[in-house]
Amino acid sequence: MLTLYARRRLINAMGLGISAVAMLFGLFWLGWILWTLLANGLPHLTTAVFTQMTPPPNSSGGLLNAIAGSLMMTFLAALIGTPIGILAGTYLAEFGQRGWLAPTTRFINDVLLSAPSIVIGLFIYEMYVLKIGHFSGWAGALALSILVIPIVIRTTENMLRLVPNTLREAAAALGAPQWKVINLVTLRAARAGIITGVLLAVARISGETAPLLFTSLNNQFWSSDLDQPMANLPVVIFQFAMSPYEDWQSLAWAGALLITISVLTLNIMARVLFRQSSTTY
Amino acid sequence: MATFLRDVHMKRHNLLDTLFRNITRLSAFAVLLLLVAIIVSLIIGSAPSIKAFGLNFLTSTDWDPVADEYGALVPIVGTLATSAIALLIAIPVSFGIALFLTELSPRWLRRPLGIAVELLAGIPSIIYGMWGLFVFAPLFADHVQPWLIEELGPLPIFGPLFQGIPMGIGVLTAGIILAIMVIPFIASVMRDVFEVVPTLLKESAYGLGATTWEVMWNVVLPYTKIGVAGGIMLGLGRALGETMAVTFVIGNAHELSASLMMPGNSISSALANEFNEAVGELYTSALIELGLILFLITFIVLSLARYMLYMLAKREGSTA
Repeated sequence: MLTLYARRRLINAMGLGISAVAMLFGLFWLGWILWTLLANGLPHLTTAVFTQMTPPPNSSGGLLNAIAGSLMMTFLAALIGTPIGILAGTYLAEFGQRGWLAPTTRFINDVLLSAPSIVIGLFIYEMYVLKIGHFSGWAGALALSILVIPIVIRTTENMLRLVPNTLREAAAALGAPQWKVINLVTLRAARAGIITGVLLAVARISGETAPLLFTSLNNQFWSSDLDQPMANLPVVIFQFAMSPYEDWQSLAWAGALLITISVLTLNIMARVLFRQSSTTY
Repeated sequence: MATFLRDVHMKRHNLLDTLFRNITRLSAFAVLLLLVAIIVSLIIGSAPSIKAFGLNFLTSTDWDPVADEYGALVPIVGTLATSAIALLIAIPVSFGIALFLTELSPRWLRRPLGIAVELLAGIPSIIYGMWGLFVFAPLFADHVQPWLIEELGPLPIFGPLFQGIPMGIGVLTAGIILAIMVIPFIASVMRDVFEVVPTLLKESAYGLGATTWEVMWNVVLPYTKIGVAGGIMLGLGRALGETMAVTFVIGNAHELSASLMMPGNSISSALANEFNEAVGELYTSALIELGLILFLITFIVLSLARYMLYMLAKREGSTA
């Protein structure tokens, strides 16, 4: 029979042991997935990937049009979503002390932060694609921008709240009107944090597939016309990986590696830029 | 003259102040408008299907594009089943990771490990899907599923869940991959809420001679239980709406099966696979109604999650 003390110690050791195992369990999947990506993607990551268009089945080619399309749509989405996000975040942090609008918006924004992205795709399909009658790069960018807004709002608000009130008071005491205080003092003080939010948002959307399926769809050829269906890495990967053709599958692995590297680089950049644990779940 | 100039200045600033405040307010309002627009557009899109099937849509297992008969039960069950499996695995593992990060890990190791967990959260879902289909599913079919079928299949109550043939893809595989995806979300919320526990409280318990495990189980967890529940709901919200990781491995079969080994379908993967190929108003509309159902379910779950996290933050604010 164990003494009470020994039993408590045993339970403690077991609990802590299991927790260490859980940590290893999490790291194990990360390692395995990254290793798979490198092993399957690296051999196919040739210069052709960056210089040639997506090929028809059973012939070699690259991902140039998909990479360009992804870059264009991601850039546009960030361009549309960031100003709205920063302005709304500013309202929540600076003007939102009274009234119903700020708490409601905060709540809804937090819910939108993790809303299923495929539904956003459906929404843009209903609102835009159906009206103009065809899939287009603009529709893809719009869908992605809806994913950007909540992330930027959340980080902007959080970062502005970190700015000490004395800074605002000092500026106000010098006679600066509120719009100047916010634009020239508080927003500037929170700049690094807000840029972090934008980087995290870009990282999030550059791997998103679901909202693009019904909006920009895909395009086998080079197209810089945003009013036409536009190739993009995630949808190309989806299509190629699900296909039975070996050439397509190799390109899908190369694309997958490319996307993961860029997303992880953006994530790490954001963290280096702002050394504080992120608050966007 | 001077007073005149001052007045002009003041007027200009007042105008700009009002302008700026209203622009930001408009942006905040746009978020609310966005939510309303999403719900309204989905309701309009699914109107033909709602008219044709009514509430039967929720209970029917039909999915027959040829006869134009649709029901949502199979994808709804698939979505709930995969998410349930995911939570069953992810909750204990996330708790372990959060415990390790807050109490056990040496200080220098905390940051790198925290970043590693966040990287796991950053990997795009399509990568999980590809990895699941090409790497995980074959191994799972060769090594794990035969054992599960052999050992658990004959059991009385749970048995039927594990009967079938080892195909690799299916509801169970999708659930496991979802679990790996939501672990980092739940773990990082849990870590953050564990960190709000006042050090004083923990040290009092240690001072009374409690072990680390006892402090965790009897002090930290009761103190943070609303936040922990919120984190779990947040993970559930993610799991319910996740598309690509599930689409690759669930098998896309519109059949209701008792076995978790068999292919199934989830709302999001039905949408991803069929929406662009759907012909006819009713087919498209039925898919949009699926999207509406998914949005409403996740909206409720995520609202609850946020509410719980706010409750914890509020209590934290009042005691501090």
